[in-house]
Amino acid sequence: MAFARIQLPPEAKRGEVCEVRISIRHPMETGYRVDDLGKQIPRNTIRDLTCKLNGTLMLRANLGSGVSANPYLRFFITAAESGDLVFEWVDDAGERGDAKATLRVVG
Amino acid sequence: MNRRAARVAAALVAATCAVGYAQQRAIAPEALRSGVTFAGPAVRAMQVDDAANPAMLWVERGERLWREPPVANAKSCAACHGDATASMRGVASRFPKVAANGAVVDVEAQINACRAERQNAAPLARESEDLLALTSFVAMQSRGTPTSVTIDGPAAAAFERGRKFYYERHGQMNLSCAQCHEQNWGKRLLAETVSQGHGNAFPAYRLEWQAVGSLDRRLRACLFGIRAEMPAPGAPELLDVALFLGWRAQGLPIETPGVRR
Repeated sequence: MAFARIQLPPEAKRGEVCEVRISIRHPMETGYRVDDLGKQIPRNTIRDLTCKLNGTLMLRANLGSGVSANPYLRFFITAAESGDLVFEWVDDAGERGDAKATLRVVG
Repeated sequence: MNRRAARVAAALVAATCAVGYAQQRAIAPEALRSGVTFAGPAVRAMQVDDAANPAMLWVERGERLWREPPVANAKSCAACHGDATASMRGVASRFPKVAANGAVVDVEAQINACRAERQNAAPLARESEDLLALTSFVAMQSRGTPTSVTIDGPAAAAFERGRKFYYERHGQMNLSCAQCHEQNWGKRLLAETVSQGHGNAFPAYRLEWQAVGSLDRRLRACLFGIRAEMPAPGAPELLDVALFLGWRAQGLPIETPGVRR
């Protein structure tokens, strides 16, 4: 079960800057580590992450082995309209994850 | 000896025992310090702010597991216990508990017992994400309530075993828990400050693990550090020590979900 945590302000003023935070449960394996038996642990990091608001791309990020486990991203968007903020990501193992939160824009 | 004399004698013995225990506290209640007070400002800031605390990922997952039935046609935790913020308040501060048969039960074991008896579900493996998530969620409801475990009655034997383990030397380094956490807390061990070794923030997010782990795992990590034999997760000796640690931290507020290095 992929799980993530999105944090938004309870409501944002139209046209103003709004802070978005997301943390994702992911091991972000670098591929450089070995297990107890000396076998290499294959690299598994979140490769591509997108954030869309009502289908419009807000952020696209390419993460890699330089980002620690359970990545935490914080960025700002201009609150133009209310709607669903949808995150989608895919890791090196091909596993997809998604998370959704509702942004409320007033004024 | 007549009956009255016997009663007086019993009361005397009980009083001496109580005094005895009070005197055996290596760290006085007013000198107790949570592990977080030994951490650096960055770690402290991470623990105090739920928005930044990575352990909240587990807590939120636990909240979902609390509401959802574990298997089809089973009750969810919430179906019996209702709103956890009310029903689970202060519960974790009384764990580990000891059952009438002498078995030590921590929050993890209690969750698994509930699953078996009332939810018809298979037990969750120790250190599995789901068990850590549920335990973190349940224990977090006790945040701020003082630790208060019971060590008399059926718990006495387990407590004694736990205390013995704590003061015994283990492993190739031939160290007891007390040699670091009672005799040398506050001093430096390489880059770390040795803490008093309380379990009041567990399950906690450890930066070294890059994940949430139980007190059990923390104890095993300590045993690994002194090159001792590591018991299996949830082994009875670890539960005995957890009970002893609970008594040792009596009065210290619960901090779950904590953040540690």
